[in-house]
Amino acid sequence: MTNVAVHLEAQQPSLHAHVHDVPASGATHAEGQQHPIKLYLVVWGWLFVLSACSYLVDYFHFQGYLRWSLILLFMVLKAGLIVAVFMHMAWERLALSYAILLPPVLVLVFVAIMVFESDYTHLIRVVFFAPST
Amino acid sequence: MAETVLTNPGESPARAAGLRGIADDWSSDQRTFKNVSWGKAMMWIFLLSDTFIFSCFLLSYMTARMSTTVPWPNPSEVFALTIGGHHIPLILIAIMTFVLISSSGTMAMAVNFGYRRDRVKTAVLMLVTAALGATFVGMQAFEWTKLITEGVRPWENPWGAAQFGSSFFMITGFHGTHVTFGVIFLIAIARKVWRGDFDVERRGFFTSRKGHYEIVEIMGLYWHFVDLVWVFIFAFFYLW
Repeated sequence: MTNVAVHLEAQQPSLHAHVHDVPASGATHAEGQQHPIKLYLVVWGWLFVLSACSYLVDYFHFQGYLRWSLILLFMVLKAGLIVAVFMHMAWERLALSYAILLPPVLVLVFVAIMVFESDYTHLIRVVFFAPST
Repeated sequence: MAETVLTNPGESPARAAGLRGIADDWSSDQRTFKNVSWGKAMMWIFLLSDTFIFSCFLLSYMTARMSTTVPWPNPSEVFALTIGGHHIPLILIAIMTFVLISSSGTMAMAVNFGYRRDRVKTAVLMLVTAALGATFVGMQAFEWTKLITEGVRPWENPWGAAQFGSSFFMITGFHGTHVTFGVIFLIAIARKVWRGDFDVERRGFFTSRKGHYEIVEIMGLYWHFVDLVWVFIFAFFYLW
């Protein structure tokens, strides 16, 4: 991904020339994130397609594991595109990427704990507090 | 107070990539995030903490939904609308999703034009983003009104498990608040961009520091995060 970015940036020499014209005090900030607009439009298009797909999962009433895996697949793809391209995480140094992206992954441990906990609660409710149907 | 200036003593040696780079950056006894300003790093760290907040909300929703013995209301039916005689499931939420994604697209382009120092395009794109965000909040207000008139309360609803209402109001309410603050933040920064504050390096009213176009990217990080949270809410609350 980084190689692609370098390649794309290389196609825009005029931008860099323009950026270097700014006063020296702004030079440390002026480099910034420089990518062609087309990249954002393509990602925007993909986000639309993926959103439409996840809506269609509901529209066509897919059920069970097929539904859940499709929802998760489209969700992860959308989240990945937003973080990687829109938030420029793909071009950051790994020190930042790992510091920000690893901790949320550890939330999955919390998810696992709460799945066991709610299974247990559900069992207790069924055994002792079953609603009179 | 004197501003800290980052000195650049000639060409610095190339930094290692990969795992070696992570070890180097974190053990350098200098700032860890080498090419990221403190403003951007702090926004990322704030977003990380916000991730945990929304994780807790979605986790408590998951726990409530998994442990209840009463059937969960079907969101596909609850959020359906009848438009022109057609009964379309979940249509309002789908439109809200597209509106928010579009606002993310315009925000990403605003960041790009900001770094190109295109003042007018940046400000206009940010205002379009703010308008889309306000539209989103408006549709959410419509959705809340509809559900409240149908009898959804945090403690009960006509269709099933009582926790549906409390989960719904807390998760979407917190997200809507984030969007609202984002819109205010966007308008404030767009005004500065429009006025040319970052071209003449005018000092901020509160901070007395020089502004840079980087604030547009920092603002963009917040806005994309709001969109990111919606991706998860859409998947887990509305579609699941």
